[in-house]
Amino acid sequence: MKNRVLALTMAAAMTAGLLSGCGGGSATTPAPAQSKGAASGAVTVKVGGIGPITGDLAQYGTATQWGAQVAVDEINALGGPITLDFTYEDDTGVADTAVSAYNSLKDWAKDAPLVIYGTTTTAPCVAVAAETYADRYFQLTPSASSPDVTANKDNAFQMCFTDPGQGVAAANYLKDNGLGTKIGVIYNNGDAYSTGIADAFLAEAKNLGLDVVATQTYPSDTTTDYTVQLNACKDAGADLLFLPIYYTPASLILAQAKQMSYAPIFFGGDGMDGMLDMEGFDKSLAEGLMLMTPFNASATDSRTTTFVDSYKKLSGGVLPNQFAADGYDCMYAIYEACCKIDGIADMDHEQLCDALIALFTGGSFTVDGLTGSSMTWLESGEISKAPVVVKVVNGVYENA
Amino acid sequence: MSFLNNVITGVSLGSIYAIIALGYTMVYGIAKMLNFAHGDVIMVGAFMCFFAMGSFGLPPLVGVLLAVVVCTVLGMVIERLAYKPLRQAPSLAVLITAIGVSYLLQNGAQILWGAATKTFTPIISPTNAAGEPNALQLFGGQLSISYVALLSIVVCLVVMVSLTLFTGRTKLGKAMRACSEDKGAAQLMGINVDSTISMTFAIGSALAAVAGVLMCSAYPILSPTTGSLPGIRAFTAAVFGGIGSIPGAFLGGILLGIIETFAKAYISTDLSDAVVFAVLIIVLLVKPAGLLGKYVPEKV
Amino acid sequence: MKKINKNSLNGFINYGIVIAAFVVLQLLLNRGALSNSLQSLLVPTCCYIVMAVSLNLTVGILGELSLGHAGFMSLGAFSGITAAIALQGLIPSPALRLAAALLVGGLVGAIGGVIIGVPVLRLRGDYLAIVTLAFGEIIKNVIMVLYIGVDEKGLHVAMSEAGLHLAEGGVTIVKGPMGAVNVPKLASFTAGFLLILVTLLVVQNLVSSRSGRAIMALRDNRIAAESVGINVTKYKLMAFVTSAALAGAAGALFGLNYSSTVSSKFDFNTSILVLVFVVLGGLGSIRGSVIAAALLYVLPELLRQFKLAEYRMLIYAIILILVMLCTNNPMLKQLMDNTIGKFKKQPAAAEKGGAQ
Repeated sequence: MKNRVLALTMAAAMTAGLLSGCGGGSATTPAPAQSKGAASGAVTVKVGGIGPITGDLAQYGTATQWGAQVAVDEINALGGPITLDFTYEDDTGVADTAVSAYNSLKDWAKDAPLVIYGTTTTAPCVAVAAETYADRYFQLTPSASSPDVTANKDNAFQMCFTDPGQGVAAANYLKDNGLGTKIGVIYNNGDAYSTGIADAFLAEAKNLGLDVVATQTYPSDTTTDYTVQLNACKDAGADLLFLPIYYTPASLILAQAKQMSYAPIFFGGDGMDGMLDMEGFDKSLAEGLMLMTPFNASATDSRTTTFVDSYKKLSGGVLPNQFAADGYDCMYAIYEACCKIDGIADMDHEQLCDALIALFTGGSFTVDGLTGSSMTWLESGEISKAPVVVKVVNGVYENA
Repeated sequence: MSFLNNVITGVSLGSIYAIIALGYTMVYGIAKMLNFAHGDVIMVGAFMCFFAMGSFGLPPLVGVLLAVVVCTVLGMVIERLAYKPLRQAPSLAVLITAIGVSYLLQNGAQILWGAATKTFTPIISPTNAAGEPNALQLFGGQLSISYVALLSIVVCLVVMVSLTLFTGRTKLGKAMRACSEDKGAAQLMGINVDSTISMTFAIGSALAAVAGVLMCSAYPILSPTTGSLPGIRAFTAAVFGGIGSIPGAFLGGILLGIIETFAKAYISTDLSDAVVFAVLIIVLLVKPAGLLGKYVPEKV
Repeated sequence: MKKINKNSLNGFINYGIVIAAFVVLQLLLNRGALSNSLQSLLVPTCCYIVMAVSLNLTVGILGELSLGHAGFMSLGAFSGITAAIALQGLIPSPALRLAAALLVGGLVGAIGGVIIGVPVLRLRGDYLAIVTLAFGEIIKNVIMVLYIGVDEKGLHVAMSEAGLHLAEGGVTIVKGPMGAVNVPKLASFTAGFLLILVTLLVVQNLVSSRSGRAIMALRDNRIAAESVGINVTKYKLMAFVTSAALAGAAGALFGLNYSSTVSSKFDFNTSILVLVFVVLGGLGSIRGSVIAAALLYVLPELLRQFKLAEYRMLIYAIILILVMLCTNNPMLKQLMDNTIGKFKKQPAAAEKGGAQ
């Protein structure tokens, strides 16, 4: 019996190998034919997404994938002049794999116009953006927030805040609202996002005369023990902890601070969004937590509730976070921009790229989405939307 | 006082490393293979307990038992399917297979249970009903040791003593040691080598399940890759103490935890990993078989 | 005499295979018959082939298990990138600059090899393995907090961007956790091909030389080798440093193929990946390493076509396990030996040695 199972698996693997051997560049995907049939007369624009859907960072990649998928399903059901043909490739959060993923997307699109959506994380995004810049593909990332992503590349745009932008905004917010007399910072010095925000925050805090009493780091988000860092902040008398980190390590920090009876004000960046939706998370730990996030899953407007419902169907019950919402907005930005372009049917990716750049930087193009209204883009590729600071009260966000 | 606090933090962290290292060293000592999938068995154990307690609302003890049963079976199945056919193969082939099994468990878990990080419900809640920390308070609350840390140290000691007694005193334990010394000779003496090794994996995996539950109780997050980093750390701890040595794994784990904490507290949080590994290298250069390992000179 | 001829014949076959593969791929490339995805895999595949061959020198030929080979790749990548950017004004030609970067990468790899090799090679077996792992992690951790910049005064190294004190017009090359960004893409398939040829030349000549035989004697029986007067440290170090230098050059090529590179890329998993290539290709078999690295690096990318994104790595794991089980199955092995035996007069030499 076992041998048969083995043999079957083996056979399957070998067939896979054979197929991939012959598949080469000639395999055609049935998807485009279907979507062309869906709305007759509509022009199909291909959107290729890249992000980690396996490995350590898979939760962020799947969020941007599902968020975008919800938007694509809605858009294609609208029956508008444009339909989107969306596919998503795995990059495991690594630059070289991301470049391979990007190239297989080029193969998938062939000569049809293709827009690149991604990548989710910063380091791969910088590598892919250099490639799309050279090849002339328009690229919009939901969440890669380093300025390096868009620097010197006219074709790369962001849906999220940049890291330095967030750091500066946080410092100003603390100053303006008189929060915290002594500030401690804990960040991940092995992560571009976290270091980017922390560096800008520390520089701005110095300018503004904020009293930063402790700066602590940890090397990766797989770290589990933060007691030493918390003790250092506690001993320095910090009454506000700035945590520009993702929600998974942050949830541990909150739990460990509680265990050592240390209760400063916790203040985080947009990476903190998603903590309340972690399965099994004790929401009382996050009571009073303040964070800057553009998205609130418990908002009651109809667009958000529809999005949350469709997203939960797709994800098997997981609630969307700002990664997902930024992904959703990316799709609408691409869709609405494409609707405004004349003669899109005859364009190749290069013409489409130039047309989209002209539109995004033209000044008159605005998008209303889940993460902001009347969002526009700067020449640099950076987004301009208002940062919102929320506070967790009774397990939900409240505007602070 | 902050020094003592750091010692406590280090011991708590070290006790988690130690309990994983005990399973590692057990399998290594008998089967002479680096089971890189050990960390992922830990993850499976933690998930079992998570579902038992979270989704079915079972009491913690049942959750732990379920985790132990599932991991024991899983360990034996892995051994039977992936490692047993390679008994005669070079040890590197087994190492690569173990890595394959590790990828398989990680990706399988992701497909089955999703990539999103989950918050584990600790078997001892970190705070009691009144919201005070569930911890042993010393010096009027200036020092506190959480009950989870105390529990893991106790479990570590119990496991260490019983494993030592088991391998030293019982028939099966002696058979295991015989297999570890010389498989061929053991077979000639009428020991069933296959079933003995299979038993070793069963014990090692059961320990992994316990380690998984304790680790996730101390650091309550859980995702398909939760096991991989502690797995490597525990491997380091096992080598540190002298791989194959049961008391060595305990000592190695605790010391590793303390060194890591001290490196963070007194040297630099930026370079704590580098410091930990540098200490490890220096220890191994002075004691090439680890702290408690036996140095066996080669004979001609 | 006969043995040497056989060795050099084997070597020539290896060159032949690599050159033929290059010519065929180049022809396909020129005719536009290669998909974009395959094109983008050419350079990294070359890097991983060099990594595998160089690791085989340590694991298969010297017989010591190393779990930190990616550390040397990392040293090579970041030093190569730094050299390529710092030499921008001095050497305008991209090809020459690439060559210089590869040399620098190889050199830094070699220096790392000496620093790590001297203490490490005193240890044995799994203890040696864990120390190489530890060095790999240390390299990763240190580069993660390192900032390197260049201005007209030369290179600046610090632990924070502000600490660089760059003069006007200076560029930051390596930015700690952000890694190296805005790296010029100098690497090319031809360079990768040449690097493979150089690697084969170095490794094959070393193996078939007097020193190579001394190294293999150490692997097969250290005590016997020592007793006939072979200098253990010297020959072990020779193999280890050569391996590190080649890995450094491969790292430099890899780093210069992408616009950004982060230090966390060169972690334990990358070391293991290369080790998998070596073991699957066969310990001590150079040709095996070349073929296994090429096939296995490309495999997960080819699996993309089935649109099974989340199952991709699962399938990879299953294939890995099955291949290990099949290649070590005594029945299949017997069958293989018999088939090969029909073509060769002599029975195929059993694979021997390697890290145990």
